[in-house]
Amino acid sequence: MSTVVENVVCSFCGCLCDDIVVEVEDGKINRVRKVCANGRGLFTHYDPAPRRPTVDGQEVDWGEAVAEAARILNEADSPLIYGLSSTATEAQRKAVELADKLGAMIDTTSSVCHGPTGLAMQAVGEPTCTLGEVRNRADILVFWGCNPGVSHVRHFARYSVMPKGTLTPRGRRDRTVVVVDVRPTTSTNMADLFLQVQPGADFEVLTALRALVQGKQIDVPTVGGVPTAQLQELAERMKACRFGVAFMGMGLTQSRGRDLNVSELFTLVAELNQYTRFTVIPMRGHGNVAGADQVLTWQSGFPFAVSFARGYPQYGPGEFSTVDVLARGEADAAMIIASDPVAHFPNAAAQQLGRIPVIVLDPMPSLTTKIARVVFPTACYGVDAVGTAYRMDGVPIRLRPALPCVRPTDEDVLVQVIEAVL
Amino acid sequence: MSEYFTLITGRTSEQGQGMHQGKDSAAYRQATEFVEMSPDDMARLGIEAGQVVQVRTAGGQIEVPVHGGTLPVGLLFIPMGPMANVLIGTDTESTGMPPFKGLAAEVEPT
Repeated sequence: MSTVVENVVCSFCGCLCDDIVVEVEDGKINRVRKVCANGRGLFTHYDPAPRRPTVDGQEVDWGEAVAEAARILNEADSPLIYGLSSTATEAQRKAVELADKLGAMIDTTSSVCHGPTGLAMQAVGEPTCTLGEVRNRADILVFWGCNPGVSHVRHFARYSVMPKGTLTPRGRRDRTVVVVDVRPTTSTNMADLFLQVQPGADFEVLTALRALVQGKQIDVPTVGGVPTAQLQELAERMKACRFGVAFMGMGLTQSRGRDLNVSELFTLVAELNQYTRFTVIPMRGHGNVAGADQVLTWQSGFPFAVSFARGYPQYGPGEFSTVDVLARGEADAAMIIASDPVAHFPNAAAQQLGRIPVIVLDPMPSLTTKIARVVFPTACYGVDAVGTAYRMDGVPIRLRPALPCVRPTDEDVLVQVIEAVL
Repeated sequence: MSEYFTLITGRTSEQGQGMHQGKDSAAYRQATEFVEMSPDDMARLGIEAGQVVQVRTAGGQIEVPVHGGTLPVGLLFIPMGPMANVLIGTDTESTGMPPFKGLAAEVEPT
């Protein structure tokens, strides 16, 4: 029998598009509509059939796997919990509870994503808005160091460039689109104005823009590879807009300057509010990485790179962030939840995970499950598991799964592990 | 003869879609195991599309085929993934963030 489930939330990326239509036949997903090319695989490549956990590659009962995970964590002097960006807030808060009970370090994929953005927010604040405000009000959009055309495929059409809103009734024609990047990309094709910055020169260009917005003169022909006249034009357009939004990505957080680049952009945006309304939204990658920041912050006071080793939360980017911890060989066991660091970490850090006992909670096989001692094949949030995720603009969205949940969730497993550890 | 470039890594459509097939799948490896270079740089170094080059950074070295891309002269792009990660060091400058973009990389035809 075939059923159609409407308004399913795609939990692949931080857009959390909540209009997906899923056709289910005989308990399996038959067809998915409205989903983008990146999110489609989340629905079509996930087999929701229950699978048994494994210890050293051998299938075991769930209780045995929980006992082995607890043994590993109890024997560790310096355990690490990492990931959390593709799981629900309900599981995230259980992960923090487990870290607190163990005296463990806990870190999220933010630390290799928008961790520097978090540092910038702590330094200069966050002049933000919702994607609903973007849709209904924004008449200038600045995409800085991000490429939504490949990373957040429906962002332009659904949230930012194309939608017709209350104060933008003509959609695209009511908006000016600016893209700033070190190279032409899929997204620069959408731009009315493309500023090509020299690699590593974002901070200089942002500082120049701040000066121009304040009415100061710049007497050099180019800054960071961008003609000063082009920067002057952008400064004037931003001051003259009705409601501006800057979207920013890894081009700022992963380049030289990291958090300082982001701080400079956030400061520019804050200063623009002397002239008009201007906001900034980080382009969050994973479906609930924004939720990981939220949960860790309201539970520990800090968004990532937290240690409970002293019995209270300590914050330490560079000290308790996972790449640093692994590179220095400071963790002697790791629990990886809903992420794949072996695939995404610098080699030296990824290889360290192969030298310590690793526990993985993940709906799908990954390069990290391949090296793990204990693997819990859990349910997939948004596809067969219910839960809550935070969209990139900080709006919590209740996930509406298309399939009945027959696998244990990350939260279920974490509750059992919390009970089992000392 | 080798030459120094600035290397950035990042997302591509093929990488984003290929990951669902498994990051050890042929589709994902094909989507992530190449280096993109400006056609002007390729011509200057006498490198043909598809030719394998060695890319070296302080973090490590890899051998990958070259694709021509819409890049400015002097810039290299490798899609994020296990191959690119061989080149990435672990110095986060006290932020937690490794240097995924802006690395000095030496390219030498094999």
